Amino acid sequence: MATTAEGFDTHNGDHAHHDADHKPGFFARWFMSTNHKDIGTLYLIFAIVAGIVGGAISGGMRLELAEPGVQWLGTFVGWLGGDPLSFDQQGHMWNVLITAHGLIMVFFMVMPAMIGGFGNWFVPLMIGAPDMAFPRMNNISFWLTVAGFCSLLFSMFVPGGIGMGAGVGWTVYAPLSTSGSVGPATDFAIFSLHLAGAGSILGATNFITTIFNMRAPGMTLHKMPLFVWSVLVTAFLLLLALPVLAAAITMLLTDRNFGTTFFDAAGGGDPILYQHLFWFFGHPEVYIMILPGFGMISQIVATFSRKPVFGYLGMAYAMVAIGVVGFIVWAHHMYTVGLSVNTKMYFTAATMVIAVPTGIKIFSWIATMWGGSITFKSPMVWAMGFIFLFTVGGVTGVVLANGGVDDNLHDTYYVVAHFHYVLSMGAVFSMFAGWYYWFPKMSGRWHSEFLAHLHFWVFFIGVNVVFFPMHFLGVQGMARRYPDFTAAFAHWNWVASVGYVIVLASVAIFFINMIYAFVAGRRAEDNYWGEGATTLEWSLSSPPPYHQFETLPVIEDHHSADDHISSKSATA
Amino acid sequence: MIFGDIARKKLSFLALLAAALSFVIVPQSSFAQDATTSVDESVAESQSVADGEVVMETDSSAFEHFGPEMIKGQPTSYEDDAWASMNFQEQYTDNGNYALGMHDKLLMPIITVISLFVLGLLLWVVAKYRKGANPVPSKTSHNTLIEVIWTVVPVIILVVIAVPSITLIARQYAAPPAEAITIKANGYQWYWGYEYVDNGGFEVISNMLDESASLDAGEPYQLAVDNRMVVPVGVPIRLQTFGADVIHSFGIPSLWFKLDAVPGRINEKILTINEEGIYYGQCMELCGARHGYMPIAIEARSMEDYNAWVQAQGGMTLEQIADEAAAAAAAEAAEEDAESAEDAAEAGDTEGEAEAEAAEADAAEADAA
Repeated sequence: MATTAEGFDTHNGDHAHHDADHKPGFFARWFMSTNHKDIGTLYLIFAIVAGIVGGAISGGMRLELAEPGVQWLGTFVGWLGGDPLSFDQQGHMWNVLITAHGLIMVFFMVMPAMIGGFGNWFVPLMIGAPDMAFPRMNNISFWLTVAGFCSLLFSMFVPGGIGMGAGVGWTVYAPLSTSGSVGPATDFAIFSLHLAGAGSILGATNFITTIFNMRAPGMTLHKMPLFVWSVLVTAFLLLLALPVLAAAITMLLTDRNFGTTFFDAAGGGDPILYQHLFWFFGHPEVYIMILPGFGMISQIVATFSRKPVFGYLGMAYAMVAIGVVGFIVWAHHMYTVGLSVNTKMYFTAATMVIAVPTGIKIFSWIATMWGGSITFKSPMVWAMGFIFLFTVGGVTGVVLANGGVDDNLHDTYYVVAHFHYVLSMGAVFSMFAGWYYWFPKMSGRWHSEFLAHLHFWVFFIGVNVVFFPMHFLGVQGMARRYPDFTAAFAHWNWVASVGYVIVLASVAIFFINMIYAFVAGRRAEDNYWGEGATTLEWSLSSPPPYHQFETLPVIEDHHSADDHISSKSATA
Repeated sequence: MIFGDIARKKLSFLALLAAALSFVIVPQSSFAQDATTSVDESVAESQSVADGEVVMETDSSAFEHFGPEMIKGQPTSYEDDAWASMNFQEQYTDNGNYALGMHDKLLMPIITVISLFVLGLLLWVVAKYRKGANPVPSKTSHNTLIEVIWTVVPVIILVVIAVPSITLIARQYAAPPAEAITIKANGYQWYWGYEYVDNGGFEVISNMLDESASLDAGEPYQLAVDNRMVVPVGVPIRLQTFGADVIHSFGIPSLWFKLDAVPGRINEKILTINEEGIYYGQCMELCGARHGYMPIAIEARSMEDYNAWVQAQGGMTLEQIADEAAAAAAAEAAEEDAESAEDAAEAGDTEGEAEAEAAEADAAEADAA
């Protein structure tokens, strides 16, 4: 790695010093980066940008859904150069919005932030490694993700059948995505998944190699911090699930462009085959989005309770169990496609099994706090919000797991409420928890704890006002992916749209806090959370040196999984 | 051994646990009873419908569609009834009532209790183990008994949920009886077509009414349609779905029914509606630009009304088809007689031959139908 960096330095004519904190010039550092911390920072910035785009799109959706009738879609159609008065183009515009919102939030916001951002930053630091195993591959992983995002955004400005953009939903079901959508937009949207998927597969191999081969001497698997465990399990899920998606969407492309009929019944194919392939990827994908969050919450809860994680092995293997079982429950996304009775019974039973390891995790977090001496710093508050809201989202998952009950709830707003509770509140709360936990470590500057708490409370109220009424709409039968609704659904849709404004306010607080931190934030010390923070990143300066652990830290026998640095001198 | 010792010491706790579980199980058996009684009622109802059919002769010109006062399955607005707007629509099938009972009496209490339990624990922890109240943290990081309990108790709760859940699936997949009426819902971009397979095979095309037309009719806009799907009440319907272009989904919230309409395959499920009335539904699978504008309206009518409607559409009642089949069979028998007569006479009786030919043609038509 050092040689690589020096090579770039030569090009930039800047190689005056060769100490651990020696940084290459701007272009080499940020565009040709091989440093895991810089790449992590790039991923986080990218995720924030994608989150703004995806969040703005959901703002457009809530604006449209604020009252019955179509008021705004015509305007959006006009922005993309279509005919604002065409009813069909308005409807297509809606489908473009939901497709873009889903794909951006899943592939370009949550995944890059969780795995690319926090994973890149803290896996090497926590296992005492100088960098990732394949630093150049790390770079291409990031830039493939960026290319994928560009391909997806580009798809909104090319014809997709009725109007501009791909209106196929994030699930890209055939035959709507094949014979149902002419024009290049859907091809670009599908290709964006290829690019992002390739980036994620490379990233996953990188994490697996790093975690298996580059742990500090003495750090056995059973002494690894739970966040590293969570990224390890996530990386395996990515490695096993994404190739299946790649195969499925490649077949979509050949069905679209080269006359194959994998998913066309007229040629002996089957549209349901696509759904099986997609959800064989899609279900592990939801765990890919939440498992790193589980890991972060474990670190944070232990830190602020000043107690070791309760049931460390149970926590680690619960994640492994969730990962394994996550691969054999996919058809619960397909209860109404005409499954056979035995298939439906199996998937009902298997799906409910997942509640067990998830319950173990919830109770273990509470048991970690039990008997602790808790300080309610901002990461802890976000973590506790996560535990409660993830529970709420989890129990509605148990309702949906019942194939017979799901007959009425499938593809309604109840499902929308459920997955936003586990993702928009689960994954996003854990991301903000991780952000406030590590932001001073990454930047070297303090955010305002007051603003972080304010951000939490406004966001907490906002997301609940947005998503809780969606349960009501769902049980009343309001379908997903509708730009318009009958008058009876007006009230709760209005409430949800008001909630969006509250969320928007909280996001403004977040950005004000970040500006404050960079302009006026005080310097952060090495271990600013105190004695509860016991993993190796706290033995380093804030921000850590450009190259850390030039002398490897040693995890000795007296160190437990919960304590890698105490009672011996710190290594840097 | 150590674990066993602990368990023995905590026997009283386990007894409490068992008591709590029995509270969970009781409502489940009670809604199972509700469902069985309603089955009996519906059987009685369907019998009376069948009786009525025999007595009354249908008059096709007399059919009139239900007005808005017969709307039963539709969403409730918050302004009309806040509580109803937050709950499932009232159910009009036995399976729907079973599923609703399972949700309202089993799942909702369980998930509410679990959510409040977790919230309660979090609040307790905040109060009891904040730094001010508990300056010295404990170092406990294991307790085998509690870990076993929080693994086993969720398993038991899930088993309690799984039993009625599997039962419900089995009921929903019950094979339609041979005499069930087959109706096929075809999903098109962006409207529905209802094919009356057993009634002569005619297809009714159903489009959404525009805003002024639906308000004039006193029906909710975006749910009202020009031609409703008329079905007989109280008798099992073999409802088939098919997608003509892309995947659609035939979903009726008040009948607890949803089945995807997929190109290249025919999906099938039994549906028995308990009451006459109008039930609204919508397309539930993203199918393109007007996905939100292809509603479904089912009008469940008595068998004689259904027959009248079928005849008005140019179809045939089951009775007519049966009569025709009987006539065809009789004609076939007559044909055989004629043939034997021909053989006997050895001379061409043109009139008799023509008759036999006509009977043959009728039989072929009946077969085709």
